[in-house]
Amino acid sequence: MTKNIMIVGVGGQGTLLASKIIGKLFVAKGFDVKVSEVHGMSQRGGSVVTYVRFGDRVYSPMIDKGEADYILSFELLEAARWTEYLKKDGILITNTQKTNPMPVIIGAASYPENIEEKIKGLGLNLDAFDALSLAEAAGSAKAVNLVLLGRLSRHFDYADEDWLAVIRECVPEKFIDMNIKAFYAGKEVK
Amino acid sequence: MKKLMLGNEAVARGLYEAGCSFVSSYPGTPSTEITEEAAKYDEIYAERAPNEKVAMESAFGASLAGKRSFCGQKHVGLNVAADPLFTISYTGVNAGMVIVVADDAGMHSSQNEQDSRHYAIAAKLPMLEPSDSAEALAFTKLAYELSETYDTAVILKMCTRVAHSQSIVELGERVLPDPVPYVKNPQKYVMMPAMAKKRHPIVEERTAKLTAWAENTEINRIEEGKDHSLGIITASTSYQYVKEVCGDTYPVLKLGMINPLPVEKIKSFAASVDRLVVVEELDGIIETHCRSLGLAVEGKETFTCMDEFSQKTVARDLKLPFEEGRAFPEEVPARPPVLCAGCPHRGMFHILNKNKVNVLGDIGCYTLGALAPLSAIDTTICMGASVSGIHGFVKSTPENAKNTVAVIGDSTFMHSGITGLVNIAYNESNATVIILDNSITGMTGHQQNPTTGINLKGDPAGKINLEELVKSIGITDVAVVDPYKLEECDKAVKAALSKDCPSVIISRRPCALLKNVKHPGAISCDTDKCVGCRSCMQIGCPAISIRDKKAYIDGTLCVGCGVCAQLCRFGALPERKEF
Repeated sequence: MTKNIMIVGVGGQGTLLASKIIGKLFVAKGFDVKVSEVHGMSQRGGSVVTYVRFGDRVYSPMIDKGEADYILSFELLEAARWTEYLKKDGILITNTQKTNPMPVIIGAASYPENIEEKIKGLGLNLDAFDALSLAEAAGSAKAVNLVLLGRLSRHFDYADEDWLAVIRECVPEKFIDMNIKAFYAGKEVK
Repeated sequence: MKKLMLGNEAVARGLYEAGCSFVSSYPGTPSTEITEEAAKYDEIYAERAPNEKVAMESAFGASLAGKRSFCGQKHVGLNVAADPLFTISYTGVNAGMVIVVADDAGMHSSQNEQDSRHYAIAAKLPMLEPSDSAEALAFTKLAYELSETYDTAVILKMCTRVAHSQSIVELGERVLPDPVPYVKNPQKYVMMPAMAKKRHPIVEERTAKLTAWAENTEINRIEEGKDHSLGIITASTSYQYVKEVCGDTYPVLKLGMINPLPVEKIKSFAASVDRLVVVEELDGIIETHCRSLGLAVEGKETFTCMDEFSQKTVARDLKLPFEEGRAFPEEVPARPPVLCAGCPHRGMFHILNKNKVNVLGDIGCYTLGALAPLSAIDTTICMGASVSGIHGFVKSTPENAKNTVAVIGDSTFMHSGITGLVNIAYNESNATVIILDNSITGMTGHQQNPTTGINLKGDPAGKINLEELVKSIGITDVAVVDPYKLEECDKAVKAALSKDCPSVIISRRPCALLKNVKHPGAISCDTDKCVGCRSCMQIGCPAISIRDKKAYIDGTLCVGCGVCAQLCRFGALPERKEF
C-alpha cells in the first residue's frame, strides 16, 4: 500500500531538505520510494510543493487531489492552498506562520481569515502549531523543516535513532545538533 | 549499491559508468543538475559553455577526437543548438556522443511547452526516453552503445517529472571504452554538398537499421494485462501514471525508444486489443505514427496536448474512478515567485517603471520584474531577444529611442546578447541596452559563467570583462552603475536615452543569495515616523508589508540593501549604508 506525504511551503523555506530526509528514511526501511521536486523559477519565493511516496512498488512520482496521507505545510496560506490534496482521513500538519504573498502585499488580494477553523470545518484532521518559534528556540528560524519532521515522526512507529541517522546524513555537520534539537521540539510539542 | 537519485543525477551517474570523459552544457531547468552532478566525478571533464550551440559543438569535437562526450540542455536550449544537431546527424560520431534534451510540460520554469521529440524525427536521430531514475541511468549507458554501434549521436529525452523526481537506482562501476583514435575522413566530416549528398542515404539506412533494433529491444516492452478490451501505448512519465491507475488490468506497450518507433511491434500489440489508446504528454507523436500505420487509435482528442499529466488526469480521461479532495472554501491568493529581498535587479526596475520607458526583456530571474508592482518588462521571448529586439524596435521607429531600453542578464548576454549588440553597433541603431550584471547565472541556481572568473569545478578561470567587450564592439557610451543607488541609476538611464548613439549601462551588484556576499543586515521601520504612505511598497520587496497601517520589515528576509529607505520621505527607514 503506497503512502503519500506532501511537503508544501514558500520557495526558500527548506522544503527540499525535508523531502530528502524522509526519502532516505523510507529507503533505509526497505520501501520503494519516489520523491518529486520543483526546481527553477518557483523557488524564488513562490508556492512550492514536494511529493514523497513510499510503498512496495511506487509508480507515479506525483500526489493528486484527495490522495495525501500527510501534508506538511510550512506556512498557513499554503496549508489552505493544498487542503484539497488531503485524503478524507489524512492529517494536515501546519506551521501557523503567515507570509504574505505579493498580491496581498500590494493590496490586490487579501489573506484569508480563520484558515484553521475553515480547514477543520471541512471535517479534516488539522494539526496546527507555531513551528517557527520552536525552530527559533532550537537555534534557527531555518529549522522549521526539522520541527515539522519531528511532528510527523509521531505518526510512524520508528525508533528516534532511525530518524537521527538520516538527519545526520543530510545536514552539514555544524548544524546537526541544532537540527536534532528542532526535530525533538516538534516531536515533543503538546 | 542502491541509492535514491534524481533523474538528472542518475543521468550523470550513467555518464560516469559509461566512461564519458567530456561534458559541456549551458544550464537550463529542468536539465541543469546533470552537468552539476557530472562535475563531481573527478574522472569527467565538465564545463559550462556560454550557450548550447557552443556546448554541442564542443561535445562533438571531443567525440571526433575519440572521447565519449555529452551535452545537455532544456527544450528551448536545443533550439539554440539545432544548427549543429541536424548536421551531426549526417556526419555521425567517432567516440559515442549523447545529447540530453529536457522538456518542461506544465512550464514550471519555461517560456513555452514545445515537444522536443519533433527534433529527433526532424534531425533523424535516435531518441531514448526514460520513465524514472533507474532507466535514466540505464538508458544513458545504452545510448553510448547505440551511438557507437550505429555511428550516430543519440538523444536522451528527459522531462521535468523524470529529471526532478528521485527514485531508486542500482549503482555500477565505471567502464572505460577502448580508445578510439582520430582518423582524418573528409568524406564523413566535411559536410559540403557533394559529400553531404553521399551521407544522407547513410542516415536513411541507419534509421532503417534502428527501426529493426526498435522491434526487438527490451526497452520497448509489452506488459501483459488481464483485460484486452483496452490496450495502452505510452512512454516516459505518462507510463508511470498509466501503471498507477491501471496496474496490470490492461496490457501496456511501454516505449523506451521514441525515434525511430517500431512498426511490427505496435501492429501486433494493436491486433491483441479491442481498443487502442496512446497516452503521451504534449504532442501526438506516437499517435501520429500509429495512424500512419493505418491503426485506429485514440490519443489527443482525449488526452490534451497541454500541461503535464498526473494519475488523476489519466484516470479521468480513461473514465476510471478517482478520489476527490475537499477544497478550501474560499479563494486562496496566488503566490507567484518574486525577486528576492535584496535582489540587485529591483532598484533598476523601479527606475525603469518610474521613467515609464518601454522595456524589452530577456530570460532569467529578472523576468520577474514583469510582475506588479515593478511592472517593468514589456516582452520576454528567448535568450538574447531583448538586445536584437530593441534594434528592430528603435531602427524602425527612431522616435522610440528616447523611451525604450533592453534589459539582459550577464549570463544571458554572454549566451546570445553579444551578437545582438554587434548588430546595434554595425547597423547603427540608437539603442540603450542595460546589462543586469549580478555576477552569476541566477535562476537556474547559481552557475558560473564567462564573466565570473570561476569555472564549473569552482576553480579560477578566464574572466570576460564586460566593459572592455562592449567597447571593443564599438559602443562608446558605456556606464557602470550600482542598482542599490536609485539616483545613480535614474541619471544613467536618462543620460543614455537622451544621447544620439547606442549606449550600454552595466548595472552591477552580485546576487544577494551568493554566499560570499555580505550585507549590513535587516533594518526596521521607525513606526513613530512612518505615516503609512506606502512609498516603500513600490519596489515589491517581499520583506516589506503593512501592519497596523505602518510599514513592517520582515527581519528574516531583509538584508539591509537600503533601496526602500531611498523612497521614504519621512525618515522612517534608516539611511542606506555604504557596503
